[in-house]
Amino acid sequence: MGSAGQSHGLITARDAGLVACQQCGQVHPLHARICKRCEGRLRSRDEESLQKVWAWLIAGMIAYIPANVYPMLLTSTLVERSESTIIGGVVELVEYGSWGIAAIVFIASVMIPVGKFIAIVYLALSVQRRSIANQHERHKAYEVVEFIGRWSMIDVFVVAILSALVQLDTIATINPGIAALSFALSVIFTMLAAQAFDARLIWDANRTRQ
Amino acid sequence: MTTDALPLDDLVACPQCDTLHRASALPDNARAHCQQCGIVLMTSQPAAMARILSLALTAFIMMIAAVSFPFLTLDAGGLHNATSVIDAVLAFNDGYAFPLAVAVAFFIVVIPLMRLSALIYALGPLVREKKPRQGARKAFALAERLRPWSMAEIFIVGVTVALIKVAGLAAVTIGPAFWAFAGVVVITVLKDQLICRYSIWEALDKATA
Ligand SMILES: [Zn+2]
Ligand SMILES: [Zn+2]
Repeated sequence: MGSAGQSHGLITARDAGLVACQQCGQVHPLHARICKRCEGRLRSRDEESLQKVWAWLIAGMIAYIPANVYPMLLTSTLVERSESTIIGGVVELVEYGSWGIAAIVFIASVMIPVGKFIAIVYLALSVQRRSIANQHERHKAYEVVEFIGRWSMIDVFVVAILSALVQLDTIATINPGIAALSFALSVIFTMLAAQAFDARLIWDANRTRQ
Repeated sequence: MTTDALPLDDLVACPQCDTLHRASALPDNARAHCQQCGIVLMTSQPAAMARILSLALTAFIMMIAAVSFPFLTLDAGGLHNATSVIDAVLAFNDGYAFPLAVAVAFFIVVIPLMRLSALIYALGPLVREKKPRQGARKAFALAERLRPWSMAEIFIVGVTVALIKVAGLAAVTIGPAFWAFAGVVVITVLKDQLICRYSIWEALDKATA
């Protein structure tokens, strides 16, 4: 620890017969169940971690399909009624010449969710195979996924604001499509998948080999 | 209770890789990283607690302003529509989209306000060097657990995108609530950077003892 004594090499709480609270860092004897400091649940490792990760991840991937197939926005103006999907919305922005905004929406709604699916699959599989390769990179990937996943919600908020703002009776109205709901669910499910992942498992693989 | 030579309260385990470290006082403005995985385990910033509390109070008041005042106003062809943050939430209020309305309300208003109140409740007495309130620990744990679900900053980016999308269609006026909301976002980022879980739990322990 920065200034902390590092006299006896790196040892885990589990190896020392201890269990640490992930919420507040307090260390307890291994048999303790409830943290004395924050009253959180203590688990040396979350044994069901991978099961939960897969379940939430699959739910997130399934919800992502209708999110791309059905319309996000239903627009009606004096002259026409139109529906636009996530990709349709990006294409429209490009046609208006708003490249920057098109890029933001594309990154938040396509690249981040898909990248996140791939990253979580990779993390879960490598832990299942007890891989000892690239531990630092995988831990970084986990941190990035945790940090960036929530930003996918941008498009849901865009739909929320547009549908609230553009309610001009006959001239123009915008309403949310069903894809807004499935997209929001997809983001929530993948956030839960990332949170269910116990990062300590990444580092355990070579510890048990020692 | 323990067979270890070191008292357990002097140890810190990394929440992300379980590596044990011995805790000791950090010099001001220093950060301590995990020796195995490299995440920040603790930081020490002078008077962090008082600054967190005052930022949280400011953000709370601005959030109340952000939901009360008009957020955006749209004018097109003689028609006029003023939107508050509450309207943005209620936009989903028809039929199947109702659960989405609830989720958006939680992400942009309810959860940010819950986090702020929990922090103010837990840290208020500590700053005045009094004993923590009942449930202060639960409140702080809740504030930290809710952190990823508080999405005010993402909402502000969404609003910017929406403004550009609608720019060709009508004239949009930005209301005072927009700036209040943007203020909440900036203050929340500053405040969350000051929060060092370890130091706050230590302070709660000390104040209880
Ligand atoms: Zn705890
Ligand atoms: Zn670590």
